[in-house]
Amino acid sequence: MALTGLAIYKLLPKTNCKDCGQATCLAFAMQLAAGKASLEACPHVSAEAREALGAASEPPVALVRIGREGRVLEIGNETVLFRHDKRFVHPPGIGIIVADTLDDDRLTARISAINRLSFDRLGQIHGVDLVALAYDSADPARYLRALRQVLSQTELNLGLLCPDPDVAGRALAEAEERKPFLYAADEGNLETMVDLAHRYGIALAVRGRDLAELAVLAEKAIKLGHKQLLLDSGAREPAQVLADQTQIRRLAIKKRFRPFGFPTVCLAAGEDAVLAAAVYVAKYAGVVLIDTTDPAEILPLITWRLNVYTDPQKPIAIEAKVYEVGNPGPEAPVFLTTNFSLTYFCVMGDIESARVPAFILPVDTDGTSVLTAWAAGKLTPEKIGAFLETSGIGARVNHRRLIIPGGLAAMSGKLREVIGWEIIVGPRESAAIPAFLKELQ
Amino acid sequence: MAAEIVRERWKGKVFEMMLGREPHTVRVGGDTSLPFMHFEGTTVRPVTALEVQDVAPADWPAVLRAPFAGVLEDPAAWAKRCVELGADLVALRLAGAHPENGDADAGAVAAVARRVAEAVDVPLIVLGCGLEEKDARILPAVAEALEGRNCLLGQATMDNYKAVVAGCLAYGHGVVATSPLDINLAKQLNILITEMNLPPDRIAMDPSIGPLGYGIEYAYSIIERKRLGALSGDRMLAQPVICLVGEESWKTKETQAGDISEWGDQERRAVLWEAMTAVTLALAGGSIFVFRHPDSLTRFNRTIDALMHQQVY
Repeated sequence: MALTGLAIYKLLPKTNCKDCGQATCLAFAMQLAAGKASLEACPHVSAEAREALGAASEPPVALVRIGREGRVLEIGNETVLFRHDKRFVHPPGIGIIVADTLDDDRLTARISAINRLSFDRLGQIHGVDLVALAYDSADPARYLRALRQVLSQTELNLGLLCPDPDVAGRALAEAEERKPFLYAADEGNLETMVDLAHRYGIALAVRGRDLAELAVLAEKAIKLGHKQLLLDSGAREPAQVLADQTQIRRLAIKKRFRPFGFPTVCLAAGEDAVLAAAVYVAKYAGVVLIDTTDPAEILPLITWRLNVYTDPQKPIAIEAKVYEVGNPGPEAPVFLTTNFSLTYFCVMGDIESARVPAFILPVDTDGTSVLTAWAAGKLTPEKIGAFLETSGIGARVNHRRLIIPGGLAAMSGKLREVIGWEIIVGPRESAAIPAFLKELQ
Repeated sequence: MAAEIVRERWKGKVFEMMLGREPHTVRVGGDTSLPFMHFEGTTVRPVTALEVQDVAPADWPAVLRAPFAGVLEDPAAWAKRCVELGADLVALRLAGAHPENGDADAGAVAAVARRVAEAVDVPLIVLGCGLEEKDARILPAVAEALEGRNCLLGQATMDNYKAVVAGCLAYGHGVVATSPLDINLAKQLNILITEMNLPPDRIAMDPSIGPLGYGIEYAYSIIERKRLGALSGDRMLAQPVICLVGEESWKTKETQAGDISEWGDQERRAVLWEAMTAVTLALAGGSIFVFRHPDSLTRFNRTIDALMHQQVY
């Protein structure tokens, strides 16, 4: 059961040494109670206190690692139910289910389709994380052959969906170096599966028929000494999965219920699997498994994961540099805006919808919007001038006309003086950009 | 150690709003729990609308025009098609009133609104052209033309709400109150509108959502916070939320770009972009979803069907 901040405080050194990064021991105790700090941060805590603090000193949701060094997928360590309370920390792994019943050629095609599922967003590549090989064939030789093919054809992390401990053991002997996760331990095989996972130092999924059985099995696994667990309540209907996911997270965070202090694994199936998967990404999944390699389905899902796991307390800033929309030539218009990503995206989207190639220059305003930046003195003529200079835009266009947001109309005279470019005052709202561009031409 | 189910007890609820006329009324809002947490309260099924425009849209890609082939020039026929395609409501967007798009006057758009209203039984949402000054001039005329039909008119903003709300009050409509992704501004606008004596259950909040990939997370969190506010008893955050998922989604390059191998088939991708924008915002607490593509609406409805199933504990 969770301890209160004051109960924890009594066990701390009470020296207010600040070594943990908090101003006082009491502040640190409050952070511990809220699950927002780890006892590891205090170098002076006594062994007795550590013991006594027990569950309170551990994060409410354990950090679980899947994969080999250099490509580790870290999940868990979450501390909140709503992203606006703080933030979600570790984006869930997205895994594509691959059946071992596919013949060699189709298996190769499928793995290659999975390898191609990667997308460039703002200069960063995002893709799926896992190949989950399902033991559907009931033929151990077939499973091992498919596994070898997967190992040789993709660098992605692996999940072994193989509840047969004998076959799983043979598969692990071959895939040991990949550090896959093993799915799943249930009532019938728990001890041998825990033993295997322990021996190979890998994460083990535990699957119950419902939440109650899951709690019993997870507790058994913990008692057997394995603490790299994934939880599956066995639910497959989206409404029940959503409810179970919510209960697992609530119990872990609000009640410090240890058996549920692990990330979860969700399976999305059916014709709208990808929409169910989006629900699970938002509501607490640690790993989402889905049976599709269609980029038209995976691109929205990966985009949603990126969105949900941004830090809501930090305006997202994009890099301040020259961005191109379409294929702008030397005559193309140049738009000035700020590097708040939402502002930038609006401007970019509206220029795109106008189908006019253009350059966009987002000034570094610490990720604040135009009016906020202007009011805070982060968007001055001098700063804009310096950015024009360093961005190199002058060499890419044969004109000297800068389109500024309508909200900055008041600074246009001063700006012209400072940078020596002609200033065109654009619309206040980016939605008016298409009409503005029509008129400009 | 047994897992004891955690049930939240809430004292507040989302306002329930009835739209349209008997026997074709549609109920919106009235939820008493977080979305789809059936084990601790009531989730009222979100309702859907399909968008109709008064003038044929010039910027819709072919995959979006196809389902409405033959009716894009005729708003009344288009509205009928929307109802056939399964929409609970029709959302008429008066795009042709925009000075850049025909500059239709109040009398002209009011006539279109009435023709659309007469063509269908389902309740109407009527949205102006998005230009605040112009909407303040046309929406009162629309309100009068639709007198007694109990529609939802908008978008009322901090700058034009007085004219829009006056029209709603005089002719018996609800209002769409639009604020820019800010929970405090949304609340303030609700207060100002109710100070004009429009009852608090006659307002739908429009948080100016961004679509998937373009700021949806801000809308997601603001809608979640509004729902939590409503359930905690804050009556000025308890209005149902309306999400214009169609017009926002179809601005993105992911919906506009044709078939490209790394991104897959355009229609499937675009429909999912719109449907996923809607499903995730329904999960946050949205109540009214205005779509453009009928397949997005269908996929949304199938997913909501699944999420409306009872849960066993």
